Amino acid sequence: MNDLPQQLANGLLLGALYGLIAIGYTMVYGIVQLINFAHGEIFMIGGFGALTAFLILPTGTSLLIALPVMILMAMACSVLVAMGAERFAYRPLRGAPRLAPLITAIGLSIALQQAIWAFYPDAKKARPFPEFEGPRFDLGAFTIGRGDLFLLIAAPVCMIALGVFVSKTRTGRAMQATSQDPDTAKLMGINTDRIIVTAFAIGAAFAAIAAVAHGLRYGNVDFRMGFIAGLKAFTAAVLGGIGNIYGAMIGGLVLGLAEAMATAYIENIPGMSQLGGGAWKDVWAFVLLILVLLLRPQGLLGQRVADRA
Amino acid sequence: MRHRSLFIITTAVTAGALTLSACGSRGDSDGGSSGGGDTTTVVIGLDAPLSGDLSALGQGIKNSADLAVKTANKNKEVPGVTFKLEPLDDVAQAATGQQNATKLVGDSKVMGVVGPLNSDVGQSMQKVFDSANLALVSPANTNPSLTQGKDWQTGKKVRGSKTYFRTSTTDAVQGPFAARYMYNKKKLKKVYVIDDKKTYGAGLAATFAGEFKKLGGTVVGTDHINPEDKDFSAVASKVAEAKADFVYYGGEYPAGAPLASQIKNAGAKIPTVGGDALFSAEYVKLAKKNAEGDIASSVGAPLETLDTAKKFIADYDAAGYKDAYEAYGGYAYDSAWAIIQAVKAVVEGNDGKLPESKDARGKVVAALQDVTFDGVSGSVGFDEFGDTTNRQLSLYEVKDGKHVAVEVGKFEG
Repeated sequence: MNDLPQQLANGLLLGALYGLIAIGYTMVYGIVQLINFAHGEIFMIGGFGALTAFLILPTGTSLLIALPVMILMAMACSVLVAMGAERFAYRPLRGAPRLAPLITAIGLSIALQQAIWAFYPDAKKARPFPEFEGPRFDLGAFTIGRGDLFLLIAAPVCMIALGVFVSKTRTGRAMQATSQDPDTAKLMGINTDRIIVTAFAIGAAFAAIAAVAHGLRYGNVDFRMGFIAGLKAFTAAVLGGIGNIYGAMIGGLVLGLAEAMATAYIENIPGMSQLGGGAWKDVWAFVLLILVLLLRPQGLLGQRVADRA
Repeated sequence: MRHRSLFIITTAVTAGALTLSACGSRGDSDGGSSGGGDTTTVVIGLDAPLSGDLSALGQGIKNSADLAVKTANKNKEVPGVTFKLEPLDDVAQAATGQQNATKLVGDSKVMGVVGPLNSDVGQSMQKVFDSANLALVSPANTNPSLTQGKDWQTGKKVRGSKTYFRTSTTDAVQGPFAARYMYNKKKLKKVYVIDDKKTYGAGLAATFAGEFKKLGGTVVGTDHINPEDKDFSAVASKVAEAKADFVYYGGEYPAGAPLASQIKNAGAKIPTVGGDALFSAEYVKLAKKNAEGDIASSVGAPLETLDTAKKFIADYDAAGYKDAYEAYGGYAYDSAWAIIQAVKAVVEGNDGKLPESKDARGKVVAALQDVTFDGVSGSVGFDEFGDTTNRQLSLYEVKDGKHVAVEVGKFEG
């Protein structure tokens, strides 16, 4: 168990990544009750946006200088695609039976993936992503990579910023109102269309930051990276209570920790050696999800709400 | 009205995109049937991952087979017969490979097929080719059970498919070859074995671990990963904790390179050793500086050192292919050439004409069994199981961002 601090760090970092992506699922669901399955691809496109920015900059540019440009480019790409998806794929289906936008989301997800596959140069295989050079930070009990520092700073900063935005600003409160009752919110003069676009945009921006963090941490991006990451983030959002922004982050952290712990320690339990390790971590993560949903169907931080449909 | 038209456009675009993505295979349609004059066109099929993670290897296979076909046509290797390559993309998926197999079997002009890359894809294709009596020659499948049956380890060797051949050696020798090198030459006694649970990876890891233990080495831990994952940090920390001397990974470079990199990041400055599926320039690109010191085994001697391969390399460069020939280029060339030689033998035995389609395929298979020639990878021939008679192997270590051969030899059982 000597590596427990290291495994906790691994799990928390992975969880923070899931949490950042999960924000997008939870915000959109909170406002339009749509599970935006294309969100994983929005995340992936952010990664390619950041990579494009890095490639456009003159070679030799320090990554520290390039990073802000990469983040902005990643956000621009993700947000544009997300807003486009909302305008052209989801808005026409508002008011349609719930299955219609859901299937559209799955179709859109495949379309975006294939678009990158087909049109981004050399994206048919994983593309290397710039990484910070130098040794890892040794914090005594555990070490973290230089790239992880970005995630470590970005995740809490983003969460606090989002918390303040939602509770303090006019748009944020309009968002809450729309999520509670879209019809009444509309009657009160809130432009709900604009609020919905904002929700998509914020989710996409968070996914873009997650994508940059993903690239810095794992050193590559590829056109399929959104699928698994999106699935896990969606799980995190459900685990934390879909519709609740803090729940998404908590759910991500719990899921990340569960995966790391399952990989590292389940096999040490007597009689469980066949059921541990990297191959079984997803099984344990989903066992945890099922247990949580059995005991708290609304998720960790979710509120019990009467279904509107 | 505006909304309705928008709706229609959106639906159309989405539907269009779905249709596009649905037909992933981008096989050329049957272009030139028989050209002018009275030459017969013989199609050589090809199945490899031309897109996706493993496309670097797949494109190398396609280009090399293409080079063999062009060379045969240019030299009029078989008078009266023009060869044509029909490449299909299997995206490294067994199900897609099987669809491609069905498609190739359905085309009566196809006399032999080169491919596939992945052992599990080969497994799914074998039966289709067997029942159609069509020859399948793989340049890269290394799982022993494909030729020697699933009980090969207990000595009960049964040929799995009478139409299946391969120009590459198997994991039954590849894993142990690496085990002996690591134990005897590198003097490393403790290994952590990881695999990706696939036919190729798990099989390779098992043959490695078996030999390593027999030599007296210790397996300090084993784990399995999902090759689609990106985050291997938990496994990497476990490896670092286990204080192993090196890691053996049974699997392919798209997951192998990030895994090796994350293991080094976790503080274990130990090499990752693997099979031929780690032997790619892409491995170094993905793992970057962390690839230094990692070792990959590959079947056959390094092409660059073989006299027979010099002409191949020169021709390949002259043809100006976009992608490198990679690990399997030489074997793909030899696979295609073996089919061409078999067709030649059949045509020569039939008064210079190709027999009727049904008979021709069976005759090509029979001729293939006896084909021998000096190929790119050395002397090419097939034993009673369809395995290559060439048992050359080499090990490559990453030095200054390049795979450099550190050991070349033959493995004797």
